[in-house]
Amino acid sequence: MVDMTTSQPKRKGDTTFGHIAYVLRDNPVTMLAFAMLAFFLGCAFFGPALVPYDPLATNAARALEAPGWDHWFGTDNLGRDVFSRVIVATRLDLTISVAAVALSFVLGSVLGSIAGYWGGWLDAVLNRFLDTIMAFPLFVLAMGVVAALGNTVENIIYATAIINIPFYARLVRAEVNIRRNAGFAQAAKLAGNSDLRVLAVHIFPNALPPMMVQVSLNLGWAILNAAGLSFIGLGVRPPTPEWGIMVAEGANFIVSGEWWLAVFPGLWLMLAVFTFNLVGDGLRDMVDPRKRT
Amino acid sequence: MTDTSRRTFLKLTGGTVGAAMLPFLKAMPAQAQSSGRIVVVSGQTINSLDLHRTGTNRASYQVAVNCYDRLVSFGTKDAPGGGLSYDYNVIEPELAESWTISDDGLTMTFKIKPDATFWDGRKVTAADVKWSFDRAVSAGGFPTVQMKAGGLLRPDQFEAVDDETFVITLDQPSKLTLPDLAVPVPFIINAEVAKANATADDPWAMEYLHTTPAGSGAFKVVRWDQGQQLVYERNDAWVGGPLPSFEQVIVREVPSPATRRALVERGDVQMSFNIPNKDAAELDAMEGVDVYSTPIENCIHCLCPNFNFEPFQDANVRKALAYAIPYEAIFQTAAYGRGAPMWGGEADIKDIAWPRKSPYMTDMAKAREHMAASGFASGFEVPLSISLGLADWMEPTALLMQEAFAEIGIKTEIEKIPGANWRSAALVEKRLPLHLENFGGWLNTPDYYFFWAYKHGHLFNSSNYLNEEVEQLVDSTLHIPMDDPAYAPNIKRMFEIAFEDLPRIPLWQPALNVAMNGATGYEFWFHRQLDVRPLTTATA
Amino acid sequence: MDARSKMILGRLAQAIPVVMGVVVISFLLTRALPGDPAAYFAGPAADEASIAEVREALGLDKPLFQQFFLYVGDLLRGDLGTSLTTGQTVMADLAARLPASLELTLVALLLSCAIAIPLGVLAATRPGTWVDHLCRVLVTAGVSMPTFFTGIVLIYVFYYLAGLAPSPLGRLDFIYLSPPHVSGFYLVDAALAGDWETWLGALKQLILPAATLALFTLAPIARMTRAAMLSALSSDFIRTARAAGLGRGKVLYGYAFRNALLPVLTTLGMVFSFTLGANVLVEKVFAWPGIGSYAVEALVVSDYAAVQGFVLAMALLFVALNLIIDIAYALIDPRIGLN
Repeated sequence: MVDMTTSQPKRKGDTTFGHIAYVLRDNPVTMLAFAMLAFFLGCAFFGPALVPYDPLATNAARALEAPGWDHWFGTDNLGRDVFSRVIVATRLDLTISVAAVALSFVLGSVLGSIAGYWGGWLDAVLNRFLDTIMAFPLFVLAMGVVAALGNTVENIIYATAIINIPFYARLVRAEVNIRRNAGFAQAAKLAGNSDLRVLAVHIFPNALPPMMVQVSLNLGWAILNAAGLSFIGLGVRPPTPEWGIMVAEGANFIVSGEWWLAVFPGLWLMLAVFTFNLVGDGLRDMVDPRKRT
Repeated sequence: MTDTSRRTFLKLTGGTVGAAMLPFLKAMPAQAQSSGRIVVVSGQTINSLDLHRTGTNRASYQVAVNCYDRLVSFGTKDAPGGGLSYDYNVIEPELAESWTISDDGLTMTFKIKPDATFWDGRKVTAADVKWSFDRAVSAGGFPTVQMKAGGLLRPDQFEAVDDETFVITLDQPSKLTLPDLAVPVPFIINAEVAKANATADDPWAMEYLHTTPAGSGAFKVVRWDQGQQLVYERNDAWVGGPLPSFEQVIVREVPSPATRRALVERGDVQMSFNIPNKDAAELDAMEGVDVYSTPIENCIHCLCPNFNFEPFQDANVRKALAYAIPYEAIFQTAAYGRGAPMWGGEADIKDIAWPRKSPYMTDMAKAREHMAASGFASGFEVPLSISLGLADWMEPTALLMQEAFAEIGIKTEIEKIPGANWRSAALVEKRLPLHLENFGGWLNTPDYYFFWAYKHGHLFNSSNYLNEEVEQLVDSTLHIPMDDPAYAPNIKRMFEIAFEDLPRIPLWQPALNVAMNGATGYEFWFHRQLDVRPLTTATA
Repeated sequence: MDARSKMILGRLAQAIPVVMGVVVISFLLTRALPGDPAAYFAGPAADEASIAEVREALGLDKPLFQQFFLYVGDLLRGDLGTSLTTGQTVMADLAARLPASLELTLVALLLSCAIAIPLGVLAATRPGTWVDHLCRVLVTAGVSMPTFFTGIVLIYVFYYLAGLAPSPLGRLDFIYLSPPHVSGFYLVDAALAGDWETWLGALKQLILPAATLALFTLAPIARMTRAAMLSALSSDFIRTARAAGLGRGKVLYGYAFRNALLPVLTTLGMVFSFTLGANVLVEKVFAWPGIGSYAVEALVVSDYAAVQGFVLAMALLFVALNLIIDIAYALIDPRIGLN
């Protein structure tokens, strides 16, 4: 972070914090995105404690009620409160995407660093392996993994992580590769540091900024992926609330006029992904305005 | 020929769209749309035009029904949920003109209709029947098993005496043989066409008939786009029954139930086959759409506790389950009140009606009593398994059960199992401790149901239930006539044991729902597939 | 030129282990799927013996490595096996369904480009203004919508409520019959046959699913266009052109845009192969008879041959597409491939 910010022309304030504040002021959309991120994090942490109803409690007498004062988002076919389910689902959906992205981040970093630093046959083998994964239709690969391992939350995380690994590994490999013979790396090695130490302490941190951007964009994608898996029936187990499953189940009720079952979780899902995407954009602005797209 | 001239030509031919015309036709002429044609949507996919082939799925059985004839068929009666239903108690001729059964019940002689012809114009002979039956008992898999249920095991039981006389010889008399000839499996194939397309590796022409039916039935297949549509066209020379009213029937596959509902509701299609209970309940209330909900004979949705799982060996635990189930809530939320309740019946069994209400009802006090009296008073944990493919009724059912069972200390986790795994886990390996199941017997007698679902080792006995008395009762009852003096007492005894032991806890008898908009004449069949032959245009 | 063909050969050689890897992984993945296809396909009333018969007929009774060698042997002979769900050879299934998916994807991308590229150019000419922010929010909103949700909402609004769109029944309404098969693309085939009524019918069916996919693909294309335009506009030759007094339109479209096209084309290639794989959910919603819905069905019932065939076909497409992009680069850009 520091490395990147100092390379920029000094505007108002020369600290990292100052730069962030500058970018936020300059870009109202990013500001909004961070506010929404705070909202979703709030839902994830405190939502289950604050919702008006037990998200799992059925009430057959009040099934399929339209949104109203009692039930802000209406009730589903078993009489469960859609609002409570949507809010409580935030934690699970965010957990899935964060865990999946963290896993692919770590694995991708290790694989990419090794290939980028040592090169040679290791690099060649890893590249072919990543090509192989990339050559798979990714969503179908995730489906296959979940179908083979069974549909539990952990397996959805693994499947989402696997299809994301190549992106991180490629990124790290490229960043490490161009720096492995750089002056500061040579100097560190000459100073008696082991290869591993040079790689981990001196070279790898340089790859972090672009990776943080990738992480944020990927979080949104991971949510969509998990929701898609749920949509075709390979998602989390009922009665656990999850946005994708709620949209999938609610979809059958739209035509009969009970639109709230699918629309609210769908909107929430969309807003969450939207938030992550905008935050990713914002992070990119902070890391390197020139790369902004 | 330009597009316009082609259409003019079609108008000249009076809207009769011949099979030969179809490949050249791009858009259907307007008048064919209003009369002679019906469009049906279904969520299931047809994967073969030959029922005998390995891997043919259920939806494909409709081709055997609509394109082929059997020797006999079932009669027709008014169905309880509106519309018509097949009548298990009446056997009618289809390709056979008449039949006689010897006094010892071992020899059945069929006379084939002299004017019956295959689509290619050749006369239907007893040799064709023999070849088709030989094929059904030799093909292996499902067709062979179904033939066996009627005592039809080997080719040497079938004999073509002359062109119009066909004889079946049985090892033992059975009340199931004649009805078994009316199920979709023993359909009659044009053996000459089939043999001409058979190879040394494929003596039964499985590859050819898979895509090209060769029969004598009411409809021919003129077009099959796998995964999209099947187009039937009437065979005007059909002698198996009254000539169908529609000249052309298009069966479109639409996976999304919401889309199917919108289509039939807007009148873009005339029929939606096998619609969800909720849609049935709502469409029924609408103007212009007719809904037929026929309770499926000999079929019950059940909760099955597996006897291999220790807590369920305790009769008190099983009874606690039966008293804890919120039957009415399940029936309303999962079935939307479609079908027939199977709880709260009288304890005293006076008749042999089946499916029948169990003597259990929701009574949490009794459920707790039974739990307290069991060896598992402190409760236990168990997965409650449901099939992904049947999630529309299984999932709400399981969710409501999960809540109720938690109250008596049985903690369940709902496990959704995908299609391929469901069959092997539930029925073949029988390893699911607690699961939902919905066996329905094709042949409509209680002993037939018990044969499949209560005998140890049999496919639908997914509870691993074993009771020596039931074994012996089923064996001695299965083949005897229903008017045999031993029949009714045997059946009543089976019911008693089944309700006492509870390897299957009945929930409700499901209904098959069909919505029609602009057509009528729907007939329910035990095979739960679409019979397009009796359909007609609705007259306003 | 020699160096170039060497480079192309090198890229080809790199593709071989990838394809081999895909074959191995897809084989192992399908075998790891739960359930017993033999039991599933033996039918509703099958007993142990008939299941065993089916298993033998499917060759599933053999040890795993033997099954693998049989599979590879069949592959080398060009035989992808027979799908149990559809009852057809996998080759025939793919041949029938791939054009449907390709047509949908291509139309969606065309639609997407028609919107995204002007948006990107617009944003690039006014960086930092509200126009730029609005473009960004719009395309990000598009990529944030789960395709299955967008599809359902579009059907509800445009078909069920407004009655504007035709019934979502796949590629053609039932009043039409598919045009004579030439390319498998209905739009092309109908046009070749001169049957404009069917052409229009096919186009109508395409609009909603294509719009669903297009919304999802706006973002990468618009972003890349914007970035490429920005870097082109800030480069020296544009400054020179401006200094020389060339008109604004001429500078923008004659020079900057042409130079920005190459990265946009590369992105398009990536987006295309990604979208083809991500079609799955859209196809399911619109009853589209493409390979995506085929793969989902096959996966759920453990139809080994169909899943493997699908994965292999997609992988080959992906590899071929990348090769074409690389080669195109080598041919266009003189700096690549000569040293």
